[in-house]
Amino acid sequence: MPETDFTIRDRQLDIRQLSVITADLRKDILETLGKSNSGHPGGSLSAVEILTSLYFYKMRHDPKNPKWEDRDRFLLSKGHAAPLLYCVLAKCGYFPKEELSTLRKLNSRLQGHPDPNKLPGVEIPGGPEGIGLSEGIGMALAARLDNRKHMIYVLMGDGEQDEGEVWEAAMSAAKFKLNNLVAIIDKNGLQQEGTTSEIMPSDSLAEKWKAFNWNVIEVDGHDLKQLISALDRANTEKFPTVIIAKTVKGKGVDFMEGNKEYHGKVPNKEMLEKAIKQVEYKGD
Amino acid sequence: MASLRDALGEALVALGTENANTVMVGADTTESIKMLEFGKKFPERFFNVGIAEQNMIGVSAGLALAGKTVFCGTYIVFLERAIDQIRNTIAYCKLDVKIIGSHGGIAVGFDGGSHQAIEDLSIMRAIPNMRVIAPGDAYSAKMLIKEVGRSKGPAYIRILRSSIPVVYKGDEEIRVGKIETLVDGDDLTIIANGVMLAEALKAAETLKQNGISAGVMDCHTIKPLDREAIIKAAKKTGAIVTAEDHNIIGGLGSAVAEVLSKEYPTKMAMVGVKDTFGESGDGPELMKKYGLFAENIVNEATELLKK
Repeated sequence: MPETDFTIRDRQLDIRQLSVITADLRKDILETLGKSNSGHPGGSLSAVEILTSLYFYKMRHDPKNPKWEDRDRFLLSKGHAAPLLYCVLAKCGYFPKEELSTLRKLNSRLQGHPDPNKLPGVEIPGGPEGIGLSEGIGMALAARLDNRKHMIYVLMGDGEQDEGEVWEAAMSAAKFKLNNLVAIIDKNGLQQEGTTSEIMPSDSLAEKWKAFNWNVIEVDGHDLKQLISALDRANTEKFPTVIIAKTVKGKGVDFMEGNKEYHGKVPNKEMLEKAIKQVEYKGD
Repeated sequence: MASLRDALGEALVALGTENANTVMVGADTTESIKMLEFGKKFPERFFNVGIAEQNMIGVSAGLALAGKTVFCGTYIVFLERAIDQIRNTIAYCKLDVKIIGSHGGIAVGFDGGSHQAIEDLSIMRAIPNMRVIAPGDAYSAKMLIKEVGRSKGPAYIRILRSSIPVVYKGDEEIRVGKIETLVDGDDLTIIANGVMLAEALKAAETLKQNGISAGVMDCHTIKPLDREAIIKAAKKTGAIVTAEDHNIIGGLGSAVAEVLSKEYPTKMAMVGVKDTFGESGDGPELMKKYGLFAENIVNEATELLKK
């Protein structure tokens, strides 16, 4: 491989090392949000293991060459989890970690929702829900046309499943038999105004996706081993794969877990200090 | 008479031939609007996502993010349900996606008000990074579509359901963002686009018989607007009539007024759809009922000159 063909996967991190990364990321997310005092903690904390298993295990990508044509793509369709994406990208080395403190500030590259034209490593714009899977389909079709072997991973929320476009996309990805496309649903059971079962029930998600001709894998979204195994299996199927990852919103902080208040609110200073203590790596 | 849809089909095949990186996404109207001509020639580069406009735009955005030059499109009234996706992917990230909107205006006819788009130019014009183009004959449409296809970045092109008169001789150099002067006039200038361009030419003839020298300009590109040409015409003739098959709120007339009110206040009249929806009927019948005929331009122009 050429020198630029760097992949974090080559480090062959073990589960313990990956766990340390998840603890670091949770701390980074909370500290970053503490400085911006604005942003979405709940849905960032719920997907930490998902992004860790992608960026530090599965995906072939090169922080020194963010536009490397053969890179695997990660598309954050639930764009409000921007703090998580930024902390991951900073940890990988796409930009200096100090820049995390500029989140949501004037002239920052770290927009409230990600902007691919501003920050290296960001693949799609965030904001309105429900668009990312369609963009993933476009990228997967382009990869096939160009005879490239990279994978496209799209992270959606379970609240996002309310959007009609998700199902338009689900139908078309199956029609085009895009086995280079993997959707992941961060099923944390909460959306802005309440639980998904209150606001818009999505209980039989697996059955729905199966009925749309997707290959469905269900995992515990905080179990790195399960996530890794699912990602490895997703590669081998003939149809697009969706990994439904059961998670806890606000994972790692007792007063934030399962609490809709922390969808789009940052804890006050005192609570934040408590939260940061709770997410520290506690050993094996 | 010639069809803008045929012009589109021919332009797309030409663009697909000269650039193998050009792809197309349609939404179950591709035969009707002649995008399928491209699909027949380049099936591997043609994707029909079904009646799913939001997904069509999202997939187009993904293809563009992966380096493709993308054309997509459908009937405008269907396309408009994807304004979110157009705004937040294609325009926001300045992606190389060209959006075709077919069936512009009341002139669509029998399908009725639900199918007659009268607000699209206004909406698209208000979105940053979007070029907005509404050709007024098949020759210019073909030339403009080709230029858009060869240039990077987003664009919205409005075409029409019915065939319309051929306005150009066929040797003119029509450029995006440049107003084309079809008739020189001294007393007033009619600035028109789309189906109203031919009406404007007819109106100028009638006005001439009435002793009024009216110029006619084809303002096919509403954004970026050819401000210099508009100001020059205002200075020369001192009166402007705009004509469009679109709501008078936010379209060509508004765009011209925005320039003149600031740069060179000039008396103006606007011929267009008067903030109302259309209905079923024959295209010309509807244009007469909704005040989009040459005689409406003549009347507005005559009244304007009395002011």
